[in-house]
Amino acid sequence: MIPFKSSSDLELFRKEIIAKRGSKREAVAVCASSCETRGGREIVGAFKEELIKQGLDDKIDVRGTGCLGLCEQGPIVIVYPQEVPYFKVKATDVAQIISQTIVKKELIQSLLYADPETGKKATKLSDIPFYTRQNRLLLENNALVDPKKIDDYIALGGYKALAKALLTMSPQQVLDEVKKSKLRGRGGGGFPTGPKWETTRNALEEPKYVIVNCDEGDPGAFMNRALMDGNPHSILEGFIIGAYAIGSHEGFIYVRQEYPLAVENMQLAIDEAERYGLLGKNILNSGFDFKVKIHKGAGAFVSGESSALMTAIEGRVGEPRPKYVHTAEKGLWDKPSVLNNVETWANIPLIINNGAEWFTKIGSESSKGAKIFALAGKVNNTGLVEVDLGTSLRDIIFAIGGGIRNRKKLKAVQAGGPSGGVVPKQFLDTPVDFDELKKLGAIMGSGGLIVMDEDTCMVDVARYFVDFLCDESCGKCVPCREGLKQARKILTNIVSGKGKEGDIEKLRQIAEASNASSLCALGQTSANPMLTTLRYFADEYEAHIKEKRCPALACKPLISFHVDPVKCTGCTLCARSCPIQAIDGEVGKVHLIDQAKCTKCGTCFDACRFNAVEKISGKPVPPPISEELRWKKPVKKVS
Amino acid sequence: MSIERIDAIIDKYVNEKGVLIQLLLDIQSEFKWIPREAIMRINKRLKIPVSEIYRVASFYTALSLKPRGKHLIRVCLGTACYIRGGGRILDTVEVALGIKSKETSIDGKYTLETVNCLGCCALGPVVEIDGKYYGTPTPTRARELLSHLS
Repeated sequence: MIPFKSSSDLELFRKEIIAKRGSKREAVAVCASSCETRGGREIVGAFKEELIKQGLDDKIDVRGTGCLGLCEQGPIVIVYPQEVPYFKVKATDVAQIISQTIVKKELIQSLLYADPETGKKATKLSDIPFYTRQNRLLLENNALVDPKKIDDYIALGGYKALAKALLTMSPQQVLDEVKKSKLRGRGGGGFPTGPKWETTRNALEEPKYVIVNCDEGDPGAFMNRALMDGNPHSILEGFIIGAYAIGSHEGFIYVRQEYPLAVENMQLAIDEAERYGLLGKNILNSGFDFKVKIHKGAGAFVSGESSALMTAIEGRVGEPRPKYVHTAEKGLWDKPSVLNNVETWANIPLIINNGAEWFTKIGSESSKGAKIFALAGKVNNTGLVEVDLGTSLRDIIFAIGGGIRNRKKLKAVQAGGPSGGVVPKQFLDTPVDFDELKKLGAIMGSGGLIVMDEDTCMVDVARYFVDFLCDESCGKCVPCREGLKQARKILTNIVSGKGKEGDIEKLRQIAEASNASSLCALGQTSANPMLTTLRYFADEYEAHIKEKRCPALACKPLISFHVDPVKCTGCTLCARSCPIQAIDGEVGKVHLIDQAKCTKCGTCFDACRFNAVEKISGKPVPPPISEELRWKKPVKKVS
Repeated sequence: MSIERIDAIIDKYVNEKGVLIQLLLDIQSEFKWIPREAIMRINKRLKIPVSEIYRVASFYTALSLKPRGKHLIRVCLGTACYIRGGGRILDTVEVALGIKSKETSIDGKYTLETVNCLGCCALGPVVEIDGKYYGTPTPTRARELLSHLS
C-alpha cells in the first residue's frame, strides 16, 4: 500500500492502524518538549526501561510528545485510555505510575493537579480550568501524536485534507476556500493569507516558491516550536496543500537552529511523508509534485522578516529590502514566493476539512479562528494557551493563566515581543486580536504574552527591548542603527540613576524618527516599547530621572539591600547564602550587609524567611546600629 | 583540524545554490567555531569571496569566529527569562566562572554566552549547558549546575 496511490489507499491504511491499536489503546504521553528543562526526556527513557522490566513494553506505547500546554506544572505525563494527567513527574515516579495507574488502574493522588483555590484534584485535563477555557484546535493533538511517527498523525485523520484538496478540488477551489475563511497570517503582520497566495499564484514568473517561517526570534514566544517539534505533519500537510493552490513545486522550511528538536522532527516528518507518497513526485497519484527542504537559521532576529528570511535562504546575510514590489511577486531568487508562519500553515488542513464557513464562526469580527499564545512571565500557569481570537486579556491571564504569581499585583502585559508594546492593567478587558491591540500601541504579533507584576520596572523593560533591538539591527538604515544606539545609551543612563531632564523628549524623538524612516518592520516597530512605556508609565521614568528612585525596586544601581533590625531574628540564613560573604552576623545577632561589598544579587532577599531583608530606593540606607544593640534586639525600628 | 574534515563537509554542498549558511553551521558544529582554514577552503572550492563568507560568519550569532571552550554555557536572556531573573543568573554564572559573556576561560574549559530565546519561556530562567536545557530558578541552582562540570 505504501507509497499511497490514492485516497482509498490512505483511508485503508488509516483503518488498519486504528484496528490494530483497538479503541482502548493503552499509552503514556510524556512531554519531551518544554518539559525537557525539567527532565522530560529522562522520563520517557525511564518509562521505556521500566515497561521492558515489567514485560509490558509490547502492550503500552510510550510517546515523547510536543508541548502539552501547562508548562509551569511540568513535566506532564498523561496515561491513556483513562486520560489521567500527572504533573511535576520525576523519573523516580515512573515505576509507581506503571504499577499503580497502568496495571491496577488506581490514581496517584500526589501527582494529580490540585486546584489552588479549592484543593480539588483533577483526574482529567478537562477538569482543569487552564484547559477547559481554551479552544485547542491545533494543540490538542500534541498529546495524541508521537511527532516521530507519521502513523500516529494518520490515525487521527491526518492527510485527509491533503487527499481532499489534491484529488477532489482544483487549486483555484482551494485558494477560494482559504480566501473565504478570512485566515490572517499568524506571524504578526496579520496579512490576509488568501489574497497573498493569490498574488503569487497569478504572478507570471516561474518557478514559484513557498516557505514556512519558523524563525520565531521573538523572545518569549514558543508556539511555533511547540507545533513543529510536537506535530510536524500538521504543518507539512498545510504546506503541501498551500503549494498546490499556489502552483509551487519547491518549498523551504526555515527553522532557527536554537530549536534542534524541531529541526530533527521536521526532517523526519519530511522523510516519512516522502516514503508514504504524501510528498515528492506525483503525490497520491494526483500528478502534483512538491519537494521540501529545511533551512536552518543561524540566529538573527531580523531574519524573521520576510525579505530578510529569503536572503538568508539564499545563503546571504539576512537583511531586509524595500518592498515596493512584494515578495509575493519577487521573493526568493527574485521569484514569486509565499512565506507564512508555522501556525498559518497548520490552520490550512482544518479549513479544508471543516470548511471556510466553520472557520469564520470562530474568532472576532476582524480576526477569524483560534490563536496560540505563549503565556510567560509572572503568571501562575505559564505555558501555551490556544483561544479564539477576540478573547480578553483578562480571561487569558486570570481565568486561564490563574492570575499573578505569589499574590502580587499585575502591572502590565508585554504583547508581541520586542516589536510590540506594553498594555497596562487598565486595558485588561481588551479583546486580543490583530486590530484591537494596535489601538493601544501594542501588537498581537506572533502571540507572545509576557505578564509583568509590580516588581517589574517598566523603564528597564524598555531598556531591555531597545538593547535587544540594537543588537539585532542589521545596520542597513541609519535611524534604526544609530537611533537605537542613542536610545540605549539614554535608557541605560536612566536606569543607572544618571538620567537628565530632556531625556524623555529625546527618546520620543528617536522613536518617532525610527518609526517613520526605517525600511523594515524591526526598525519601524522598534519605537513601540519606548512609546508605550512612555505613554503609560511616564511616572516611572520621572521617578528614575528626578528622584533617582526605581519604584519597582528592580534597577540595581538605584537600590540597596538592608536588613531590618526589628525583623531580623539572627538565623544566619542570609549570611550563609550570600555568594560573596558580604553579610556579617551570628546566631542571635542582627545581621548587617556590607554595602561596599554587596553586588545586589538578591540572594539574601530570597533566602530570608522573616521578610527582614528589604530593598530601598531613592533614600539613603539607614546607618548600622551599634554593636551592642545588635545583640540586644531593639524594640523600635532604628531609623 | 584537518583539511579532510573540512572537505568532507564542503562535499555535501557542491553544486547547490544558497548553501553558505548551512555549510558554515555544519563547520560550526564540527569544530565549535569557524576556523580561518575553513573560510579559505570554502573560498577555494566554492568560489565564494572571502569577504562574503566572513560577512555571513560575523553576522549570525550562532557562528563563532573565535574558538569556544570545552563547555558551552548559554544563559537565556529572552524576555520571559529576563523578567524572571535571568540577569541575576547571568551575574552568578559570570562570578562563578570568572568570565564575562562572550568570553572563554583562559584554560579553554568554559565559554559563556547569552542567548535571546531558547523557546522554553514558561520554565525560565533557562540555562543551556552543552546543549542541555535546565530551568534555573535561583542563583544557588545555577552554581550547583556549574559545580557538576569538569
